[in-house]
Amino acid sequence: MLSFTIRRLLAAIPTLLLISLVIFLLVDLAPGSPLSDIPLTVPPEVRQKMLAAMGADQPVMVRYVLWLKQFFWIEPLYGIDALFGTDFAQGAQRIISWQSKVPVFQIIGERLPQTLTVVGTAYLIGVLIALPIGIYSAYRQYSWFDQAGTFFAMAGFSVPTFFTGNILILIFAVNLGWFPTIYDTNLTVTDWASMKAMLLQMALPVTVLALFNAAEISRYTRSSVLENLGQDYVRTARAKGMGEGKVLLKHVLRNSLIPVVTVIALGLPTVFGGAIVTEQIFKINGIGAALIGAINVSDLPTVQTITFIFAVLIVMFNLIADILYGILDPRIRYD
Amino acid sequence: MTESVPPSAPPSAPETVSAAVARAERVRGPWADVWAQFRKHKGAMLALITLGVLALVCLAGPLVWRIDPNFIESDTVKMFKMRNQGPSLAHPLGTDQLGRDMLARMMFGGRISLAVGTVAMLVAIFIGTTVGVIAGYFRRLDGLLMRLTDLFLALPLLPLLLVMMFLFRDSIASTLGPRLGTFLLIVLAIGLTSWMQAARVVRGEVLALKEREFVLAARSIGTPSRRIITRHILPNVLSPVLVAATLGIAAAIITESVLSFLGLGFPPDFPTWGRLLYDGIAEIRTYPERVMWPGIAISLTVLSVNYIGDGLRDALDPRIRGR
Repeated sequence: MLSFTIRRLLAAIPTLLLISLVIFLLVDLAPGSPLSDIPLTVPPEVRQKMLAAMGADQPVMVRYVLWLKQFFWIEPLYGIDALFGTDFAQGAQRIISWQSKVPVFQIIGERLPQTLTVVGTAYLIGVLIALPIGIYSAYRQYSWFDQAGTFFAMAGFSVPTFFTGNILILIFAVNLGWFPTIYDTNLTVTDWASMKAMLLQMALPVTVLALFNAAEISRYTRSSVLENLGQDYVRTARAKGMGEGKVLLKHVLRNSLIPVVTVIALGLPTVFGGAIVTEQIFKINGIGAALIGAINVSDLPTVQTITFIFAVLIVMFNLIADILYGILDPRIRYD
Repeated sequence: MTESVPPSAPPSAPETVSAAVARAERVRGPWADVWAQFRKHKGAMLALITLGVLALVCLAGPLVWRIDPNFIESDTVKMFKMRNQGPSLAHPLGTDQLGRDMLARMMFGGRISLAVGTVAMLVAIFIGTTVGVIAGYFRRLDGLLMRLTDLFLALPLLPLLLVMMFLFRDSIASTLGPRLGTFLLIVLAIGLTSWMQAARVVRGEVLALKEREFVLAARSIGTPSRRIITRHILPNVLSPVLVAATLGIAAAIITESVLSFLGLGFPPDFPTWGRLLYDGIAEIRTYPERVMWPGIAISLTVLSVNYIGDGLRDALDPRIRGR
């Protein structure tokens, strides 16, 4: 298992390098320059110096290698410095956003908590909804509950989140006035009143995302439980007089959750991508909103870095899913 | 229907047994079996009818409802009176903030949304099948192509789609015109980012097919690889490709509407359902129906296509068929 993990980790390095190259080159084609907000009256030789100071006049491969070094070496050093108060980085050049001229990782650090609160809660709730629905749908296959569950899942990934989100805003925020329409990022939870406000503003975006996630996971759970219900060990368990609840929840559930857990792990990074839309609907000032904002003003370093972080998340969770599969299922032997 | 001819019915005219068998087989080919199984899936049948009606309204509707979707009254006073009307006989779905007829715009938008979904799916399926067949058939290219597929699967697709739209929209619009340019760009971008599932499925099928006796037989009589692929492999991977294609249409329509919703899709004078929804959101509080109509249209279409895909998967699976 350990050697498999190490092998996969090593194999992930060239993949990530290739992805980073693709992302960097693609984004680098973008029109726009770091000086687009500098007045035109600035003389050209000064502009040239400014470009040189930002390193933006270098050929693309030099900038790529520099960016890689900053991403994998300098930024982690700054992270360690911030955590432990050390000074490993010694003022080395960080990845700077062209738009706001602050380090990109600082922007990400500011935006990530909002995304994680909403996306994380939504994913957790989505899983908690999906598992019972999937299990019961499979147990009572073709019952009305199963049919309704199928329809719910189909509708869940057919109705776009930007439609459900806006309808929910219209009904519950505008007409009924139960929830705020816009997510207030500045709200900090200090007491019960602010806690209530936080829960209220999280309710709608979390509902939208949770329903969307629940749809897919409940389908996987259903088919996995169905597959296990037909196995011989289930018949054996029933034949020796074991109660239905115990058969289902102890024997079948444990076995059928193995593929579901990997699907949950695999789905996590795509949720960040999906959150881009949800953040746009509810005006959540998260990492997706930062990406859209950066794309619209062609702030290339920010776009490159955030997109690459998404890619790192995908590769990482693929790896986690594989390892989890190996740990959970003793039939899988990687070595 | 083909089933109305009972295969066991005694032939009225003197007829040889082999001719009767041949007739029965002609009447009830493999596709008739698939259709018979498909018809048992109530949801899929309902979805097929819904999608058919929607497509018919969008394609044939403009022949009956002859209002130009981009017509704006040139007389300013009249134009102001035309704005934001509710449903009426003259405008069954009302008018938008520039006095354009919403029904005409919905039908026009539906045409483009369906066209984007279909063409993007064709692009994705073409790339996916090609990569899958080559990877499955030629062992030497397998590792490389599958590595490429994995690489694409690890890319954050939505951010990259947004970046691609942002990068190339203006340059391609200036060479090909904003309508055709955006259409081609969106279709190619969606196709290039959604072929991986099809490639994986097809590769798996080809790997299994390649070892079957009929392929071996074809090879032993000297059939060149190209012909083995087109005559023996491709017809046998048709069913997974069909299912992937159906689900691909749904995914492409959703992706296009997401791009339009984020403001990186089609221009406003060339509306899709996603773009209409995006335009309606600005005034959702006063005119919620302008968000409802395109939203319902997208949801119904995608839901129908997904249900059809589900029904097709069941119908094309010989293990389920006939139960």
